[in-house]
Amino acid sequence: MKLPYILRLADDALIIGQRLGEWTGHGPILEQDIALTNAALDHVGRARSLYQYAAEVFNQLPKEQQLTYFTSMAIQEKIKAGESIDEDTLAYLRDGWDFRNVLLVERPNIDWAYTVARGFFFDAFNFFYFTALSKSTDATIAAVAEKSLKEVTYHLRWSSEWVIRLGDGTDESHEKMQQAINETWSFTGELFVATDYEAAMTAECVSPNLQQIQTLWTARINEVLDEATLTLPAAGAWMQQGGKAGTHTEELGYILTELQFMQRTYPNMQW
Amino acid sequence: MNDVNEEQVYEWLADVKDPEVPALSILDLGIVRNVAVTDNSVNVTITPTYSGCPAMDVISIGIRMALAGHGIKQITIDQQLSPAWTTDWMTEDGKRKLKEYGIAPPNRKAFSSLGLFEEEEIQCPRCDSTHTEMVSRYGPTSCKALYKCLDCKEPFEHFKCH
Ligand SMILES: [Zn+2]
Repeated sequence: MKLPYILRLADDALIIGQRLGEWTGHGPILEQDIALTNAALDHVGRARSLYQYAAEVFNQLPKEQQLTYFTSMAIQEKIKAGESIDEDTLAYLRDGWDFRNVLLVERPNIDWAYTVARGFFFDAFNFFYFTALSKSTDATIAAVAEKSLKEVTYHLRWSSEWVIRLGDGTDESHEKMQQAINETWSFTGELFVATDYEAAMTAECVSPNLQQIQTLWTARINEVLDEATLTLPAAGAWMQQGGKAGTHTEELGYILTELQFMQRTYPNMQW
Repeated sequence: MNDVNEEQVYEWLADVKDPEVPALSILDLGIVRNVAVTDNSVNVTITPTYSGCPAMDVISIGIRMALAGHGIKQITIDQQLSPAWTTDWMTEDGKRKLKEYGIAPPNRKAFSSLGLFEEEEIQCPRCDSTHTEMVSRYGPTSCKALYKCLDCKEPFEHFKCH
């Protein structure tokens, strides 16, 4: 149960990092281009630490379990050859359905308002989640969370400022920000629905209680949206889910095609 | 290796610079966590400033080159995340060097209670005025933000409290 949980944390980080990285060279002004790519780097750095840990846990599994753990033939060939896996194997050679990130992080950038909305919901979640996770009974996970908390605090300030600036800005910026909030909202519910492996980790005090995180998160979201003169869709709205269990939107396929292209096409190539 | 001790290794490490802020050594920056000398090897434990800091690989190479230059053959470098690095570990000497280099040093206790939208007062490294304005929360590297001085008009970088 610990391995899927570590992968879940790592995959969120890698996929949002990849999405933010798509803004490189395309930001509206240089400072904001730099802001997003700096944030992307924080996320990818966190993904690396977590994939290293996941690889360590995986390499200790019995070989017969390793052989069938991931569907990727490239990984299965490695195991058959008696090799161990590493952080790169997990990022570059796994198939989409073995990814456990939430659907929210695979949402496309679309425009500035959508990028800000996705970031705002996710950064606020990370802020409260990592605050709690830094007290995890798993020392490695706690260390990564403690490190990341400082970074996601910056991310949250950045995205909150933009939500307010656009929401409480011109008529056009208000309308665009409201639309992005409305359309991103249905991807937030999944953050707080525990999968079986998350429930098991919460029982061992490895991972936080998601209901407590949701209460804190909702209060913060409302506080910022109020100041931004924006509103949330009506309570009880339909929520998408599936990412944490490996059922993704088609977006993930496109992301992985680009992210994994080099290693899939030229196996073991070095930069 | 009989004549090598930890103190000696620390002296050598003072020559290893932060590639992103070459005014600072890795000791000034406070990222060297531990040095251990055993019979025939030296182990250095460092801590990253930011999770994805690309300077860490360059710093590891710098450490290897510096120690190899002093005849050390077996060198291992470990990275340790916890407790997380904070700008409080930057030495006073390091902060002085930063200011001379033109970068406003971190001047507050990291994570002292600063509200979500509260901004701290940053001093211009050129004229010491606190009449300054943030231009961007993010700068050329993760650890720096961009400011400008409203008195002497100097644009400058601020090493963020972290
Ligand atoms: Zn000045």
